[in-house]
Amino acid sequence: MRLEGKVALISGAARGMGAVEARMFAAEGAAVVVADLLDDLGQAVVAEIDGSGGRAAYAHLDVTDEDAWQSAVETAITNFGKLDVLVNNAGIVRTEQVLETTEQIWEDVMSINAKGVFLGVKAAIPAMRAAGGGSIINISSSAGLTGSTQNAAYHASKGAVRIFTKAAAIQYAPHNIRVNSVHPGMIDTDMLAASRVGDVLEQRLSVTPMRRIGRPEEIAYGVLYLASDESSFVTGSELVIDGGRTAQ
Amino acid sequence: MFAAEGAAVVLADLLDERGQAVAEEITESGGQAAYVHLDVADEAAWQCAVEAANTRFGKLDVLVNNAGIVRTEQVLETTDRIWEDVMSVNAKGVFLGAKAVMPAMRACGGGSIVNISSIDGLVGTDLSAAYHASKGAVRIFTKAAAIQYAPYNIRVNSVHPGMIATDMVGTPGVGDVLDQRLAATPMRRIGRPEEIAYGVLYLASDESSFVTGSELVIDGGRTAQ
Repeated sequence: MRLEGKVALISGAARGMGAVEARMFAAEGAAVVVADLLDDLGQAVVAEIDGSGGRAAYAHLDVTDEDAWQSAVETAITNFGKLDVLVNNAGIVRTEQVLETTEQIWEDVMSINAKGVFLGVKAAIPAMRAAGGGSIINISSSAGLTGSTQNAAYHASKGAVRIFTKAAAIQYAPHNIRVNSVHPGMIDTDMLAASRVGDVLEQRLSVTPMRRIGRPEEIAYGVLYLASDESSFVTGSELVIDGGRTAQ
Repeated sequence: MFAAEGAAVVLADLLDERGQAVAEEITESGGQAAYVHLDVADEAAWQCAVEAANTRFGKLDVLVNNAGIVRTEQVLETTDRIWEDVMSVNAKGVFLGAKAVMPAMRACGGGSIVNISSIDGLVGTDLSAAYHASKGAVRIFTKAAAIQYAPYNIRVNSVHPGMIATDMVGTPGVGDVLDQRLAATPMRRIGRPEEIAYGVLYLASDESSFVTGSELVIDGGRTAQ
């Protein structure tokens, strides 16, 4: 198993890509802390992993709350003895263009998508140093690579994640902590459904060379590669999983 | 690694004895492998290599364009000959490989092509001129091929190794700057060939089924700064 003996913490793991990652990680031998605001759904993911012979625990986590991050990391250490992998997966989307983006929208999006990643990294690093190293995977987006007609704060937040990842990678390489970003294109999750405005989906599909939406598993496999020791010389890198959309 | 993961592998190289030895090693450990002589700058040789895959194993799903050479001369010291040699093997070789396999991949419903570029295809350095150009060519050719053949379910991606412990690092001129490059690598070490192979494996497998036109950088953080 590719994550045998590892302990992973995944934010936003109650549903969508995070839940798929939690199940896949557990199936590959990791003990997983499922962290989310959605307690019922998150507990259900934990129960499902337990039921299929895996190891999991739940932590209530508001990613904008530094104390909550401390508790989540402690959940990993208390239940499983250490922390090797953090997946900063939690995020929200707002589709307003620049002029329609209020200060409140900007603050909400930047707080969860960008500051949430920063706080997660900050909370995980001491535990990873204690464990002799680790791997952090920050979920950015193809929207962190290019602009579009939709979203303003979301692009900014995902761009922040992209470059913050590289800074953290360089600063903690001496401690054997790898930090990489994953850039999904359009993926079949609730977030995509929420961000569908008018015929945007059809328009985006028409500019996606593979002409389809990705499946959450197709992101999870990339995250698994970056979480595992298979990627031991990969840090500060961007893994783009978008059906070719940003290659043009 | 590919053989251990269940693939039948055609090993192609100019170095016949060493290539055959690898094929025998795979066969002896229960894997499937065949060797073909291949000059990547020769289109007819590519046809033979693809035919070898079809004849021996019935189809072709994956191509790794790994062959390459390095020359360390800066721009003014790069002769026409050096430029032609490097571009011919590193850039044209990748083009001819992709061109040769695509009909076979279309015939079997799709495939995955992994082109080995380099971090020298992402940034410039004080060493090499043609090598940078050739690896930059591979980087963007990869994206063009990815977009053009996505409708046929053929994925094309590039891998960008940093300093890796291979014979190429022992090339005169390359070894001299090793310490300087290590100092500029956040992980402060050279990578192992296996660390590239795992990335290539990911891109070759169906686990990366929504990945095309992408760049996988495996360099210990060197180009993240």
